[in-house]
Amino acid sequence: MSTEGGHLLEIRNVAKTYGGGAKATHAIGDVSFTVDDREFVCVVGPSGCGKTTLLKCVGGLLRPSSGRILLRGSQVTAPPEEMALVFQEYGRSLMPWASVRNNVLLPLRHRKLSRAERKALVEESLDAVGLTRFIDHYPWQLSGGMQQRVAIARALAYQPSILLMDEPFASVDAQTRGDLEDLVLRVREQFAVTILFVTHDIDESVYLADRVVVLTHAPTEVKELIDVDLPFPRDQIATKELPEFTHLRGHVYRLIKREQAQPEQQLATATAATKGDGA
Amino acid sequence: MSAPGVASVGSASGETRAVGGAFATRLAPALVVALSVAAFLGLWQFVVKAGLIAEQDLPAMTTTFSELWTMMHTREFWTAFGQTVRGWALGLGIATALAVPTGILLGSSQFAQRAFRIPVEFLRPIPSAALIPLLFLTLGTTLQSEVFLATFGAFWPLLVQTIYGVRDVDPVVLDTARSFGVGRFERLYRIKLPSSVPYIATGLRISSAVALILAFTAELFMGTPGLGHIMNVAESFGLTVQVYALALATGFLGLAIYVLFAALERRALRWHPSQRAEAP
Amino acid sequence: MSRRAYQSTAIAAELAVPLAILAAWQWWTVQAADPKFPRLSTILVEFRELWLFSQFELHVVPSLIRIGAGFGIAVVVGIVLGIPLGLSRWARIAAMPHIEWWRAMPPPALLPISVILLNSIENRQKIAFIAFFCLFPILLNTIDGVRGIDPATFETAQSYGVRGFERIRRVVLPAALPQIFAGMRTSLSLAVIVMVLTEYFSSTSGVGYVLLISKNTLQLAPMWAAIVLIGLLGYLLNLLLILVERRMLAWHRGWRAATAQ
Repeated sequence: MSTEGGHLLEIRNVAKTYGGGAKATHAIGDVSFTVDDREFVCVVGPSGCGKTTLLKCVGGLLRPSSGRILLRGSQVTAPPEEMALVFQEYGRSLMPWASVRNNVLLPLRHRKLSRAERKALVEESLDAVGLTRFIDHYPWQLSGGMQQRVAIARALAYQPSILLMDEPFASVDAQTRGDLEDLVLRVREQFAVTILFVTHDIDESVYLADRVVVLTHAPTEVKELIDVDLPFPRDQIATKELPEFTHLRGHVYRLIKREQAQPEQQLATATAATKGDGA
Repeated sequence: MSAPGVASVGSASGETRAVGGAFATRLAPALVVALSVAAFLGLWQFVVKAGLIAEQDLPAMTTTFSELWTMMHTREFWTAFGQTVRGWALGLGIATALAVPTGILLGSSQFAQRAFRIPVEFLRPIPSAALIPLLFLTLGTTLQSEVFLATFGAFWPLLVQTIYGVRDVDPVVLDTARSFGVGRFERLYRIKLPSSVPYIATGLRISSAVALILAFTAELFMGTPGLGHIMNVAESFGLTVQVYALALATGFLGLAIYVLFAALERRALRWHPSQRAEAP
Repeated sequence: MSRRAYQSTAIAAELAVPLAILAAWQWWTVQAADPKFPRLSTILVEFRELWLFSQFELHVVPSLIRIGAGFGIAVVVGIVLGIPLGLSRWARIAAMPHIEWWRAMPPPALLPISVILLNSIENRQKIAFIAFFCLFPILLNTIDGVRGIDPATFETAQSYGVRGFERIRRVVLPAALPQIFAGMRTSLSLAVIVMVLTEYFSSTSGVGYVLLISKNTLQLAPMWAAIVLIGLLGYLLNLLLILVERRMLAWHRGWRAATAQ
């Protein structure tokens, strides 16, 4: 539950700069927004606007140059126990030497759980993503969409209260993407998690979200916060036929088109982000 | 800048640059290296002078270096040094002259490679050291023995690397060339050879070390003239300090060879960033 | 020529060439009638008499023990040192001058020193010598293997709070293992060479010792038999390692094949 009067997650005036002096690249200028418990918040923006950087800051993998990230009122300085991160490149985040079961088990090993409890968690989360049959396969034996489901199952088994997802379906084909989007919505209901979802796919962001955060180009700021009032449960066909949906996606699209700014800025941000990451 | 327990991965320079600029990235590593070497030398001296190891077993650091310095002023030392270098150079040179063409031949012909696969796989692991007694009895304690040994040893890594280099061309490049009507010989000359250069450079780096090891071995065991021989003589006369000083000298020679060929290899690799893998 | 014809010709060649070489060897040694190059047939007979199994226990076993112990120590130390060095840039910078120096030093140059320093020519000197030089390929490959780990792998571990020894055991070590095995293969062939050198230099038992003694007593057939044995040992040990590697890195082959598309 959120702290009294406060929010579950607060991103306050976060900025991130790479390099120093004249060669400084301001990836993120000043971003502020909040996320409440059980909300599904999507973050969209033009390419190179530092979405991944922002998510890594929220997840505690990067330290912002200024501003703060508050989880239940306390500052995030390292990956918090209640957050789980799902990356875009499932191939690089799943361990090829371990079976699906052991991949999902990895984050649970250092938690104080009995063997039976761990086993139950693994099986439950794999069941939630529909991969029970493949529990003893190796990740690389599965298709891209299935691998990403393993990554999601791993995040779920971790029992986080917040799920951070960084363009998780960008590397997956369009039809599978639809299935995975619905999976994420189901998972949110079933496990009562809060989701912060970064994407460049505008339709996806509107389809999934309770609220959409639209970012500007670098130095990134929040352009607009949009409430998505579409009914639940969402459906790939029915929801997308609603006039409200068309209106919302058009709105977001227009906002972003106006943000497609100087290419040099985007290139500089993207380059700085890839070089500085992991520090 | 990372969660507890996570060391900086890959390029930490992002952070260090923020801290100290040029100092951190260039001077600090050099300083650490210098300190590290100094610490080792200091430890060596300490261990002997404090009596932890008897001086007759391990001469003091200062004694060893001064002995080396003295030796470097004698003609005998430099003669021996030159003899070792000569044996090494001849061994490596002949090995290269034999291995590269053979490697190109075997690498470019699937058939030839398959035909000779078994003999190569069997001869390859034979340690050249095992041939020492044979050479002793046939060619005697001559330069030929030493060169033969060095050549035999240096031949195999270079052969294998060359074969892999010629084979490891992107088939798309070759197919494109073929579709443009580029003939077989020209494909070899213009595509396969240039792309195998990095592999050959790696092979040279490996082989140059092997050649030195074997040249020295020949001198140590057979008595062919060179550093190994005078080390053997010094040992039999109980001149421990000289033995250590000669080991130092040999180490420096080995280091010089390594630095030279590693630099050559880096140069060759720079043009072919994709061909970094050393053949198994 | 058709694919079928090509394949059968190739296989025929694969068998014919080694046989031809052996036949030529036999023919040449018979022709030359040089006692220094006994007939292949004589060598084979001597080989069987000597190594299967009369002298096996006396000489082959000590040699194998030395290789095994030396290699084993090198593997353990190499991995234990290599992982932290791979993870920490500054430790690596401090250690590199030493690693480069010892790696460039030709092993035979330290043979007399190893005897002087360790005051013995017993097993411990040989095992220490073998272990010392076999250490470096493994150490360097472990370092490279760790450094080459995909940053995404580390980020995943970090975001799930996998730290310390657990991270090393479940993430770093498996990820670096393919590269470590490459180092182990180099090390193993080095172990055979170094073993022969130490035994030839100063020993009272072992295959290298047999090599020396038969040379000194001008017994050519046993000398050749020893050479053949050494080559065979190297080949078999390498084969053994490859089998172990295949077992432990089955996932790696599958993964490479899957990601190669």
